[in-house]
Amino acid sequence: MEFLQTPPDPDAYIVLAVFLFSIGAVGFLVRRNAIVMFMCIELMLNAVNLSLVSFGRALSDLSGQILVFFVLVVAAAEVMVGLAILVAIFRRRARASADDMSSLKG
Amino acid sequence: MSVLAQAIPAPQTDYTTIIPELIVLGTGLLIVLMLAIRRFSNIGWYALIAALGFAAAGIVAYVDLWPEVTDGAATYAFSGMVAADGFSTFVVILSCVAGVLAVLLANSYLKREGLDKAEYFALLLFSAAGVQFMAMANNLVMVFLALEILSVCLYVLSAWNRDKFASQEAGMKYLLLGAYTSAIMLFGISFLYGGTGTLNIAALAQFFARNVLENQGLVFLGMALVVVGLAFKIAAVPFHMWAPDVYQGAPAPVVGYMAAAAKIAAFAALFRILFLGLSAMEVDWKPLLWGLAILSMIVGSLLALVQSDVKRMMAYSSISHAGFIAIGVAAASAEGMSGALFYLVTYTFMIAGAFAVIDCIGRKDEQYTKYEDYRGLFAREPLLAAILTFFLFALAGIPGTSGFVAKFVVFEGAAEGGQWALIGIGTVAAVIALFFYLRLIVLMYMQDSTERPDLAETRARVAAGPAVVLAVTVAATVLLGILPQGLLDMAGQAVFAL
Repeated sequence: MEFLQTPPDPDAYIVLAVFLFSIGAVGFLVRRNAIVMFMCIELMLNAVNLSLVSFGRALSDLSGQILVFFVLVVAAAEVMVGLAILVAIFRRRARASADDMSSLKG
Repeated sequence: MSVLAQAIPAPQTDYTTIIPELIVLGTGLLIVLMLAIRRFSNIGWYALIAALGFAAAGIVAYVDLWPEVTDGAATYAFSGMVAADGFSTFVVILSCVAGVLAVLLANSYLKREGLDKAEYFALLLFSAAGVQFMAMANNLVMVFLALEILSVCLYVLSAWNRDKFASQEAGMKYLLLGAYTSAIMLFGISFLYGGTGTLNIAALAQFFARNVLENQGLVFLGMALVVVGLAFKIAAVPFHMWAPDVYQGAPAPVVGYMAAAAKIAAFAALFRILFLGLSAMEVDWKPLLWGLAILSMIVGSLLALVQSDVKRMMAYSSISHAGFIAIGVAAASAEGMSGALFYLVTYTFMIAGAFAVIDCIGRKDEQYTKYEDYRGLFAREPLLAAILTFFLFALAGIPGTSGFVAKFVVFEGAAEGGQWALIGIGTVAAVIALFFYLRLIVLMYMQDSTERPDLAETRARVAAGPAVVLAVTVAATVLLGILPQGLLDMAGQAVFAL
């Protein structure tokens, strides 16, 4: 189990995390479906989790990994509220596209 | 030895430092529990409990904690997760005041709209606890958690009006963009952590004092992303896109609270992270705040000129106010910071009062929020028109109101730091802002309303709650405009005891 003892080089993980985060960030801006937008946010949060864990591992420090738990919990709570609002919107309109949500403008 | 094999030390739990938060959270839980056991048919009882909870927390913070924290250094509790100092206690008291005003505003609104569910008050209490923990957060984990406690409650409150699509759309937009920027801020936190090896804000400062930075790019990126995340919450340009839609769609009592609470929380976190944690990087974050302040003031004021909906105009006005408060942070001095604290207090009162009037004039379903509905308001509702005029003047910063003193003290802070360009641009923005407030005022007084029989028939009703809010906020705005010294001293002490 020697590979567990030596902290790995975090660079590769961070590059992957940045890559995943960018997919999520761009996807959020490009896609119009509210549920896909939620998925993109999840992707971003999980990229953050990956980078937190790999930084924590490289630094031999636990606090980064502890933060990951909180991120998971908060992400679940956020999606819950989001889906609840989405269901309320679905009851009125049978679609959940961001283009439909354009009654507010100045 | 692997990190996983180390024993985790049990945290010190000093509950006395978080008594106000425990009261606020406890009251919220009490309301939820009461709802599970037996429902009172009149939600006024829940409103009373919520208001008492806020009042008790505020009084405990002022009587018990304030003399203690302004005497000595900050106390850290829960393994350095929270810090109790003058600054956090000041914000705790302010959030309790904002909470009481929000409860008073909401009670009559919920009854009028037939949305009388007492969970509203529980959410208000939880969100206020989020604000308070954000001010106390001494660890980036706490900053993130408190921000989310606040935000998730605000998303639900924004979407509160089930019968109005605009409200749900506002909640949805707020949530999607809020979660997006939360993720961005978290990525920043992870970079800060990767670059410095700690999430503790006080330890960040120690790290910078001891080390020469290796991963400068990483830490800078982390700091910038955290600032972006918080700039979104205060609705600073260019992260303001959500504000007009949310302000327009969300219920007026929610906006009157949210506009202040979100700003208080995000500025409190900005202060703590930038001043205490990253003070060594002042040259790096100062230009960022400069940019945010200037853009917010100018863009907010200019776009407010072309609005035709009062709630939307107030959104752009709040964006420009965010810019003015950011001047205090950009000054990077104790004076600027206490000025910004004072500004936040005055803003809390002004925005609650203004939205109390907007709520009363909007009537059922908030159907009357357009500029043409305000045409000739003075002829129909002299008192409400006069009060709204007063608040608009206060928001514009006319001498004699607290808005003027607030602008003056942040400019003073900036002047001490020699930031003359910022002051110049701020003055120009304040003049532009005066125009869009005056536009609405002129509409209210000069125009004839004979062509609006639908408005002339029904008088706007001012219920007891909003009436109390109006009385308190007008009194506070006048008082802080004429005799600001007491509060200025308090704000100064709060920063001094940081």
